[in-house]
Amino acid sequence: MKRILLLCAAGAAVAAFPAVAKDAATAEFEKFRDVLEADNPAELFEMKGEELWKTKRGPNNASLEKCDLGLGPGVVKGAYVQMPRYFADVGKVMDAERRIVYCMVSLQGFKAEDIARQPFSSQTHTPDQTAIVTYVAGQSRNMKFAVPMNRPEMRETYEIGKEIAAFRAGPYDFACNSCHGEDGKRIRMQELSNISTHEGASKSVQGWPGYRMTGGVMLTLQWRMTDCFRQQRFPEPKYLSDTITALITYMSANAQGSLYKGPGIKR
Amino acid sequence: MDIRKALPTALACALLGLAVSAQADEPGSQAMAMIKADFKPHGMAGLDRLVEDGVQAVCNRSDNKPPQAIAQRLQQDQLADIKYPADGKLLGDWRAGEKIAQSGNGFTWTDKPGVPAGGNCYNCHQIAPQELSFGSIGPSLYHYGKNFGNKPEVQKYVYDKIYNAKATVLCSTMPRFGHVGALNEQQIKDLVALLLDPASPVNK
Ligand code: HEC
Ligand code: HEC
Repeated sequence: MKRILLLCAAGAAVAAFPAVAKDAATAEFEKFRDVLEADNPAELFEMKGEELWKTKRGPNNASLEKCDLGLGPGVVKGAYVQMPRYFADVGKVMDAERRIVYCMVSLQGFKAEDIARQPFSSQTHTPDQTAIVTYVAGQSRNMKFAVPMNRPEMRETYEIGKEIAAFRAGPYDFACNSCHGEDGKRIRMQELSNISTHEGASKSVQGWPGYRMTGGVMLTLQWRMTDCFRQQRFPEPKYLSDTITALITYMSANAQGSLYKGPGIKR
Repeated sequence: MDIRKALPTALACALLGLAVSAQADEPGSQAMAMIKADFKPHGMAGLDRLVEDGVQAVCNRSDNKPPQAIAQRLQQDQLADIKYPADGKLLGDWRAGEKIAQSGNGFTWTDKPGVPAGGNCYNCHQIAPQELSFGSIGPSLYHYGKNFGNKPEVQKYVYDKIYNAKATVLCSTMPRFGHVGALNEQQIKDLVALLLDPASPVNK
């Protein structure tokens, strides 16, 4: 009884205490972002990625211009906002980064293990596929998310992604939803999007791939997922795993119809 | 290992009245199979972390809303697992508590083994008024002692909450800091003092 009383009383205390200084840091960042977006560093990576897409490279000395991102070989325009999608040639649902790496392996002859060794940007190294994802994403700028959910495989993947987002485990009992399951929550000053809602999911996939000011590196949604699993105190997801494709499918489908503004800037 | 610490998943699910042998093509089981295949150990984060304990299993299977009878039973088990300081004193040093509350270290694959874990408290709670960078996943704890006093039952409630949040709210978002060995008795006492000591900035 005492405990219940305490809990109830605590609830009252919260209500009585307005959230002070709610978004000082965020407001500061937003200001900064406006200035930066006029001269978006992500565009440099788009250019690099375009060059990589068009250049004959790898053991097979082939370009990626035959790579089918779902709209036919070589079609890049609008492809990003229509992924993840089910690719019949491999019988799998793939997100953009996964499909691009698939093309680098199958068309250019790069080795998947080599690409997986250091898959995300560091201060000294930007993986080729990061730049290529940025290029491909830039070619969907100002288009709406239109993930092809009519396929049964996509609906199945969506449901699995939803389950994974709710799966609590590890030393802290965290799931994605522990941090991203409600509206208007924060970790310290960082706002957390609610990935289960249209609005929250739209925010979540917006601005990725993103140029991260902390560290000055270009990072993809695959990276974001991996780092959130780290914060979740889980072991590390393997690069380009089904688990991450399922989570990206879940979020992208929830964001369906919202406008994608292209590669962005992240704090 | 104490059986109560890791009530096997099968038993937990049986308690919940769910068939353990769920359909293999059902999204929940597909998700579990996927997770099982898709991770690799990194640093201190081994694959054992993907295995649910009883509390996690029940919360996962019930969308974090377990039937009350089951919640009560599992909460009792969690409560029974809490260890108290031998001298019975629950109030430590609020200054040390503030440092622990600030630290977000611990348990990620980039954390170095042997470096003590922090409490992560400010990640989720407002606590001392000087710290404006605080999260909002948990309720504000500002003026906690001022509001609830400093009596032994209040001290015990706070000690228990930090030691094992699931002993009172089975599917709480708050981690079980004492239960998993993230914080030791002394650290928990220091945090109790941060929230309850009349001299702590929390209660000014
Ligand atoms: C312990 C808390 C925590 C957990 C668990 C967690 N995240 Fe995050 N997530 C964060 C934080 C903090 C950020 C960074 C927010 C910022 O930069 O403002 C973030 C950012 C994100 C973003 C980018 C949002 C944006 O606006 O750019 C996405 C998407 C995301 N998380 C999805 C997930 C998914 C999916 C999972 C489960 C695998 C997950 N998160 C687990 C804390 C968490
Ligand atoms: C991941 C977020 C999270 C973290 C980290 C966290 N808490 Fe909590 N805490 C919560 C939530 C959510 C509740 C409400 C549910 C409950 O009582 O378990 C809560 C409840 C509490 C309560 C009970 C409030 C009341 O009046 O009933 C106390 C006391 C508390 N937390 C202290 C702490 C301390 C001290 C730390 C650091 C060691 C901490 N918390 C870390 C999320 C968190």
